[in-house]
Amino acid sequence: MEWEIVIGLETHTQLATESKIFSSSSTRFGAAPNTQANEIDMALPGSLPVLNRGAVECAIRFGLAIGAHIAPRSVFARKNYFYPDLPKNYQISQFELPVVQGGSLRFFVGDQEHTVNLTRAHLEEDAGKSLHENFTGPHGESSTGIDLNRAGTPLLEIVSEPEMRSAAEAVAYARTLHGLVMWLGICDGNMQEGSFRCDANVSVRPKGQAEFGTRCEIKNLNSFRFLERAIQYEARRQIELIEDGGTVRQETRLYDADRDETRSMRSKEDSDDYRYFPDPDLPPLAITADWVERVRAELPELPGAKRQRFETELGLTAYDAAQLTMDRAYADYFEQAAAQLPQGQAKLAANWILGELSASLNRDETGIAQSRVAPASLAALIARIIDGTVSNKIARDVFAAMWAGEHDGDPDAIIEARGLKQISDSGAIGSMIDEVLAANPAIVEQYRAGKDKAFNSLVGQIMKAAKGKANPQQVNQLLKEKLG
Amino acid sequence: MSTMPLHTEFDSIEALGAALRQGKVSALELADSALDAIQAQSGLNAFLHVDAELTRAQARAADDLLGQGRGGSLTGIPIAHKDVFVTRGWRTTAASKMLADYTSPFDATVVSLLEQAGAVSLGKLNCDEFAMGSGNENSAFGPARNPWDADAVPGGSSGGSAAAVAAGLVMAATGTDTGGSVRQPAALCGVSGIKPTYGTVSRFGMVAFGSSLDQAGPLARHARDLLELLDPISAFDQRDATSLPDCDGAANQPGRVRAQFDAAVAAQQEGGAKPLQGLRIGVPAEFFNEGLSPEVAQAVEAALQTYESLGARRVEISLPRTRLSIPAYYVIAPAEASSNLSRYDGVRYGHRTASYGDLADMTSRSRAEGFGPEVLRRILVGTYVLCHGYYDAYYLQAQRIRRLIAQDFQQAFADHCDVIMGPVTPSVAKRIGENRDDPTADWLADVYTLGVSLAGLPAMSIPCGFSSSQKPLPIGLQLIGNYFREGQLLAIADRFQQATDWHQRKPEQQ
Repeated sequence: MEWEIVIGLETHTQLATESKIFSSSSTRFGAAPNTQANEIDMALPGSLPVLNRGAVECAIRFGLAIGAHIAPRSVFARKNYFYPDLPKNYQISQFELPVVQGGSLRFFVGDQEHTVNLTRAHLEEDAGKSLHENFTGPHGESSTGIDLNRAGTPLLEIVSEPEMRSAAEAVAYARTLHGLVMWLGICDGNMQEGSFRCDANVSVRPKGQAEFGTRCEIKNLNSFRFLERAIQYEARRQIELIEDGGTVRQETRLYDADRDETRSMRSKEDSDDYRYFPDPDLPPLAITADWVERVRAELPELPGAKRQRFETELGLTAYDAAQLTMDRAYADYFEQAAAQLPQGQAKLAANWILGELSASLNRDETGIAQSRVAPASLAALIARIIDGTVSNKIARDVFAAMWAGEHDGDPDAIIEARGLKQISDSGAIGSMIDEVLAANPAIVEQYRAGKDKAFNSLVGQIMKAAKGKANPQQVNQLLKEKLG
Repeated sequence: MSTMPLHTEFDSIEALGAALRQGKVSALELADSALDAIQAQSGLNAFLHVDAELTRAQARAADDLLGQGRGGSLTGIPIAHKDVFVTRGWRTTAASKMLADYTSPFDATVVSLLEQAGAVSLGKLNCDEFAMGSGNENSAFGPARNPWDADAVPGGSSGGSAAAVAAGLVMAATGTDTGGSVRQPAALCGVSGIKPTYGTVSRFGMVAFGSSLDQAGPLARHARDLLELLDPISAFDQRDATSLPDCDGAANQPGRVRAQFDAAVAAQQEGGAKPLQGLRIGVPAEFFNEGLSPEVAQAVEAALQTYESLGARRVEISLPRTRLSIPAYYVIAPAEASSNLSRYDGVRYGHRTASYGDLADMTSRSRAEGFGPEVLRRILVGTYVLCHGYYDAYYLQAQRIRRLIAQDFQQAFADHCDVIMGPVTPSVAKRIGENRDDPTADWLADVYTLGVSLAGLPAMSIPCGFSSSQKPLPIGLQLIGNYFREGQLLAIADRFQQATDWHQRKPEQQ
């Protein structure tokens, strides 16, 4: 039987506010345990939450970016459950009336464009952390510690509709979302530190069946690779289970990256009743139209608009435009480089950024903001291709030298020093052609007999003689003339 | 030797303040004499935590200010706080074993505002555990006693506050009112108390019970003394998101209540012999039902006649959902409490059980041991009504009733009256231990106070008579105003207290 995988993602994005969502404590990562927890974060008697409007503004930015409805009135609710790293033993979240409602995200899987609808995005507070390892109690006994530095960190939980049909699609969605929240400046996107983490709801059904299968939720996937592999494993597990005559149980599962498998954490039957109710400490969140408009006015150009502009104004392909607008730093880099090139040559910049530059960045495991070749330098190199100083092929060598920092990454200095300047002197090229023709009468004969391939072979010989430096267009043109 | 503190020789905070400013008496003398009296009357069990050195330090600071001529309206005035206001100096236990050793690293806003106004705190006052109860019998540290009869309850949950004021141990005290916890003990102890409009006094630093209902308010002998405490604490606080920046057009800041009071008093003075001419007093039929004891009914009736003699007009009104306030309140308050009290888990502070298995076991045992029976009962009720499948039937329904109750009050104020009056309690103080076998009997006795709490309205209780028992027990009159009319309410109460002397009666020392 052919199976269809159905995936919905819940993504927790940690909002890049200075202070926590309901207290003035800092949200900085990595401080000594409990040094960033005040009376509110510790849930001391008499403490009360006060909403950080900066976190609300992040939610508004996100909502506007995905074309969602920004609720003029939304409600904070308490999600009640006991856990030692949840100091109040309830989490302040949003339940029935979230701040962001609807919206959609467009992205590419390969060169295929997809749109996934979002259900909602709501504001909530993060919990603290339990320290199980290497923790000793006051009497030296092995014990569990609680670090409340993270407690109260603002999160925007973004919930998609179950509209994705493959692990690859889910990853493309997550990557695009990741790019978007960083683009908007509302999340630092640091997945190692947990700033962006996904829960995947996965079910399978026979292809063509309308009803969904029973889903399992895989919690806390903090890398795209884990997301992909966890979904793949889980879908396979469910399919095998059903094919062996079993039934899928609705449950929460954890992905074990070391074993590359998911494991049951708790089933729905023993899941908590969270006893949600509106938090009486916080009045309903009112967002005026003025506020929304103020935020809209401050929004950067959004990826969608930029993508469109790259296509129509700069002549990029839809795919390249989409790739370059996944990440604001890439888009910025591209725009800076393209700005220094003659009209109509932006496509070359796109090719170089998505090709050579991306490969080098990946090899060095670094981000484009830390690129060793600046946008202006890349543009200078491309200008040398356009004006015929170097061929595309030679330019790659120049780029490698720039990356390695030769001559302070100045392409002209590198071309000069390495003698890579393209031969565009028709006299010099002409004599090289003459030599090659004289040395290869048989191939010349084949060409004259109508074999087109023979022409390419001759070009190859000439380029070899020129050590790749001859201007290819000139070689073509002169060779054609000489062969008559 | 008399153990009555020095301050009892003064009729009002204003008079005592004048004596302090004139150097006729010092804050330290006042504090010492009050500390002595508290010790002498420890049988009342009104105080849970006393720290003479802390108190004396505050008194000395007050004397320094007074010496420099910089004393304010409360500088040197001896007061005390209900033990649900967190304090850096004194322990804060909320009368619970759960917090028996807890000291807060910060002060409640009410505590700091009164300290800034110069008041000297004598310590922390007994109450029902986490403010849940109406007799002060639910305190983990034993019941407070009624100064009028040591075998009677002082009311609750602010029982220690009412008892301390009635016994003359302090000039005034803070209390909190979630469903009547200021008004009811004030009535049962023969003192005055006011619960202001929800949102006018900060809840920051109040140990939470029912967050949408909890409101701080003072207890004192009479309305003018209440004004002295209520005015400085009625202030917007950015640390409480339910605190109101604005009260019907007037900024929520000190001076607002006093200005309204002064204006109302000035208007009364223009009325001459009929100072309350034009005042319409709404009397809800539902407050005079079969549950009301004849003595309370008579005392309230007499008070209404006094008001009529002062020029006020009596209007029969109806608050048809009065009885529904009991189930609505006993769904909403426990629901909020069940969540508010979740933080007491033995993990970070508070009582932790001595031996346990896993983490869940530690939390369960710590809570079972740390909370008293009434608190556990309300947590169970609250947990139940919030459960999936019951939420709509209980919690949502209760919220609907709550809105209707608020509408009933608004209708009455819009169409019929300026103030509503009636009894505070169906009867006078019961005996300690009387309802021990019927824990929810007390819940029914809250029928006259709960509606006001659900609606968030200001209301007060003032003494209006005594029972005819061998040891006479006080009876209270409830005055309910529209939102933000605290100043007017106090002025109306003050007029009654100029015409009567119930508030001047003092219990014999026990």
